[in-house]
Amino acid sequence: MSQTHREMTYLNAIVEAQREEMLRDQRVILIGEDIAVYGSGPLFDTFDERRLRNAPISENSFTGMGVGAALTGLRPIVDLTIASFVYLASDQIINQAAKLRYMTGGQLKVPIVFRICTYYNVSNAAQHADRPYPFFMNVPGLKIVAPATPSDMKGLLKAAIRDDDPVLVFEDINLWSKKELVPVDLDHVIPIGKASVRRLGDDVTLVSVAGCLPKVLAAAESLQEMGISAEVIDLRTLLPLDTETILRSIAKTGRAVIVDNSHRINSVASEVAAVISEEGFHSLRAPVLRVTTPAVHIPFSPVLEKQLYPSRESIVSTVRKLL
Amino acid sequence: MRRSNELMIEAYRRMLRIRKFEEEGVRLTISGDVPGMHSSIGQEAAIVGACLALRNDDYITGTHRSHGHPIGKGADLKPLMAELCGKATGICKGRGGSMHLADHRVGIIGESAIVGGGIPLATGAGLSIQVRGTDQVSLSFFGDGAANQGTFAESLNLAAIWKLPVIFFCENNLYAISTSVAKSHGQPDVARRADGYGIQGVIVDGQDVMAVADVTYSAVERARGGHGPTLIEAKTYRFDEHCFGLQVPIPYRSERELTAYQTQRDPLILHRKLMLESGISEANVNSVDLEVADQVAEAVRFAKESPFPDESEVYDYMFSNPINYPPKPLT
Repeated sequence: MSQTHREMTYLNAIVEAQREEMLRDQRVILIGEDIAVYGSGPLFDTFDERRLRNAPISENSFTGMGVGAALTGLRPIVDLTIASFVYLASDQIINQAAKLRYMTGGQLKVPIVFRICTYYNVSNAAQHADRPYPFFMNVPGLKIVAPATPSDMKGLLKAAIRDDDPVLVFEDINLWSKKELVPVDLDHVIPIGKASVRRLGDDVTLVSVAGCLPKVLAAAESLQEMGISAEVIDLRTLLPLDTETILRSIAKTGRAVIVDNSHRINSVASEVAAVISEEGFHSLRAPVLRVTTPAVHIPFSPVLEKQLYPSRESIVSTVRKLL
Repeated sequence: MRRSNELMIEAYRRMLRIRKFEEEGVRLTISGDVPGMHSSIGQEAAIVGACLALRNDDYITGTHRSHGHPIGKGADLKPLMAELCGKATGICKGRGGSMHLADHRVGIIGESAIVGGGIPLATGAGLSIQVRGTDQVSLSFFGDGAANQGTFAESLNLAAIWKLPVIFFCENNLYAISTSVAKSHGQPDVARRADGYGIQGVIVDGQDVMAVADVTYSAVERARGGHGPTLIEAKTYRFDEHCFGLQVPIPYRSERELTAYQTQRDPLILHRKLMLESGISEANVNSVDLEVADQVAEAVRFAKESPFPDESEVYDYMFSNPINYPPKPLT
């Protein structure tokens, strides 16, 4: 192992990004329900209850308190744990955090991070399994990141904490145990708004949204065996979208398949498809296709649930419709 | 709080500023210069009494009935009037308007038109004060309607368990638009709900500015001393309709009730009487009248002479740190 990198899991990357930023900046605090249980337990070794606020089950108010603290000199991280709970907090995120700077003509700034874990594919049924990024993409004034690797999680969470605007950081429970070498540099900060080209290819562009990345990369491998060269773009940031990187790839491949685990209608994939058809139409050699989760609630039974999300097989078969 | 003549005159000055500002606002609405407004007339004593107990660096959140809060806290009238008119020189650069006259220079961190939306913000400011270790306090103005929102219950509890320096200040004007407290609250006193969270609740005559200042000052002292939050309920009354021009097709309050408040419970008339009884000369009071009339006239002049924002500036102030923003126009 090199000294510049350390192996860590996606979940450890979340903990370490928070620890490093809390050590670097006294203004960073963490508020949430059962924060010790949902991943941030190790932080209690370093910090006390002054900065680690274990809140009662009052999502709308402890989220709004984070906003109020952000308006008055702190840089809070609000941990909403399971993404299906974010709806309870959405009034404070949308009507206050996102709008206050604009509505006060720039008098206020709102440096706050909302951590939201998508808790799907683990048999928790429909009220725990949402992937609600598209709702918030429709809100001007927010930034949204959805990292898919430990290095990106550490770098983008740090970027979010250092940013002066409200940032939603979506994490994916299915990636919590994924490991890789992560830069130890305390300033390993990945810029918000930049996608990553994970694999170069010529025949088709696979646009990966949030935690779909491992499935998309596996599909690209399978396609390679079939003689199809797929370029893989990991969006990393959902708002603002890095349309430049997407369009540059489409200009080369002429084909696009967008892989998104949110529900199909008005999904992230829908927006990416719209951008490609409006701004990249002349490069296209085939229709833009989406691999998404269908418009049905997430069922409890693993047999029923598993089939719903994008898989290596469904991505490959969708690409095969084009090639 | 010591009832000096100076303090009584200051209370009068600030209440009168609100009253005259609102009266001008109504005139400008009729003339078409203001696109719509929510008046605080009748509620001046509750607002000013609370603000008199605060320092400039204490925080406030307010409501859609937003004009009184910055004026009560001592804000300059000119950018407030310009904001009402949607001008570029407005305190919010024409992005907020009547329901959002938030002036951060006097500690305001939001005037929320989502009922109950500001309560968590003020509670969070209290958390920030506690974490940073300063001796500021945070006060949230909200109405009787907001007391029925979840944020009220949640935030009182959060402030109680963490002993935050927050004053929850209910301007109970008896009506949430057309819905009376009698028809929407299980019992008529919001302050009694404090008991459910283990904090102190106080009811005060919201038409008596000095009484409001007294109870707020005590709550502020408790908060600064690390003894946690207080819920204050000021019983007050809105003299105008919910907002200018609103036609309410049901008789939700009687003419008799309204007239009784206007003639017997007008906070400015009551306070003027108190000042004269306390030995403040009529000439002294009249000079405040003239001073405030001048300030309001100057604010109107400033607002009328100010330019509208340029259409091209619509994307300004969206982000502190814009990334790929504003979006490029579609071709």
